[in-house]
Amino acid sequence: MDHLDAANASARRTPGKAAPVDGLARALARDLDTAFERLVRSEADRCFSIARRLLGDPRDAEEVTQDAFLRAYRALASYEPARIEGLALRPWLAAIVVNLARNRRRRARTTADGRATARTDRHHHDTLLGDSMADPVDVDPAGSPEAALLRREAAVTWAALLTELPTRYRLPLVLRYVGDLSTSEVAAALGRPEGTVRAQLHRGLQQLRAAYLATDQDAAAERPIDEETR
Amino acid sequence: MTTTRTGRRPGPDLDTVAAALGQLRLAAPEGVAEAVLRTLGLADGYDRLPTSIGDVFVAWNGRGISFIDRAPTETAFEAEARAVLGRPLAPAPLPPALRRRLERRLAGDRRAAVPVDLRGRTPFERAVLTKALEIPPGEVRPYGWIAAEIGRPTAVRAVGSALARNPIPLVIPCHRVVRSDGVLGAYSMGGPATKRRLLAAEGADPDRLEALARAGIRFLGSRTTGVFCLPSCRNARRICAAPPGPPSLGRGGPGRRPPPLPGLSARGDRPDRSTL
Repeated sequence: MDHLDAANASARRTPGKAAPVDGLARALARDLDTAFERLVRSEADRCFSIARRLLGDPRDAEEVTQDAFLRAYRALASYEPARIEGLALRPWLAAIVVNLARNRRRRARTTADGRATARTDRHHHDTLLGDSMADPVDVDPAGSPEAALLRREAAVTWAALLTELPTRYRLPLVLRYVGDLSTSEVAAALGRPEGTVRAQLHRGLQQLRAAYLATDQDAAAERPIDEETR
Repeated sequence: MTTTRTGRRPGPDLDTVAAALGQLRLAAPEGVAEAVLRTLGLADGYDRLPTSIGDVFVAWNGRGISFIDRAPTETAFEAEARAVLGRPLAPAPLPPALRRRLERRLAGDRRAAVPVDLRGRTPFERAVLTKALEIPPGEVRPYGWIAAEIGRPTAVRAVGSALARNPIPLVIPCHRVVRSDGVLGAYSMGGPATKRRLLAAEGADPDRLEALARAGIRFLGSRTTGVFCLPSCRNARRICAAPPGPPSLGRGGPGRRPPPLPGLSARGDRPDRSTL
């Protein structure tokens, strides 16, 4: 729990980003059962998005999301009000999601023998490509179907590249850009110094870009990814 | 790649890569929040369940069954359940395991454990409702029996109103609790007729019970053992089923008296002639 406490300390120093859950920690401290619904509703998308990028299977991500909230509730129910009030909820929840996703991957790896692992990996790869087609949110539903299709294709590509990245870069990238946490919140959630996270984010983006260029050459087909995602 | 935005090398710049990652933000699947809240008992789901008295609506959450009622429509049930539970409520199928247990329990299988969620009830109400859970199918007990069993022998009326507000009828068998004079009495979910149907479906004989009550008969006893029971008690039914002699129905002739705790067979209890 050490890094969670660190999360609280550092996230309190950066109030700028925490808009949607402001005041929620106090409400949770006052009346957990009533305020918890607000926490679930405001944070479910973020938690799921993070879990989805750390796990291959969308159902695993859904289960991890649910489990994270159940654990969060039980933890909050055991905390003194003062401790709840001091919590930085977003990095605290993100840390729970990251830990659960890590445990699940570890368990999947240790329970499967070599052959099963290979099959699981291929299955994961398939579902990653298959499901990612469907699940990115269409940010511009009013746009043309062609543009939406290109956005989806781009999302599939980036999601696949992200899974290839080493965990030490992937985690901060997922929390920062998919989870939309601030750099200091990412640092708090991962229990890493902020400077380290900043460097890892930079290196991670560079590696991702390099990987993108590599596949781009492989594909020999050009995708106007800049224009689509900007 | 054609774009050379930074001029240093071709390909998207890092901001563009970051923005592309932002596109991977998703909406959580439908119902995730509801499932979490239900599991924690901070919200309820509800489903329809066929029973011997027709379809009922069953509200449930991770702690157990929270509310059962007959209602003409979903809307009517929702309004009632929300008023009682004070929590968010939405249609959600009963988890299969819970549904199976519920069906077995309502079919009379007492080994099928059905968890009940009685939060929001007073400790007294909870004691009454939990005690009522012990009454076996096809048997009835007077309100006074529950009052005595929970250590509040004078709170008979309060027992009655706690049962009238039973949020989980059928599972908590308040239909098996009758007036002390043996009259079946009121029933919150559909009135006395429903109570009668439920008891009949469980193998009790409501007509006979009421006939005995009208005749002023409170207990049935055995000549051979001197044991007296409430008329619906399985032991009393065994007495009556015994072929050789007529069962000793009566207001209490010599040598007979009710067991100290009505409904329990008072095995080994000697008849006390002095009271009769």
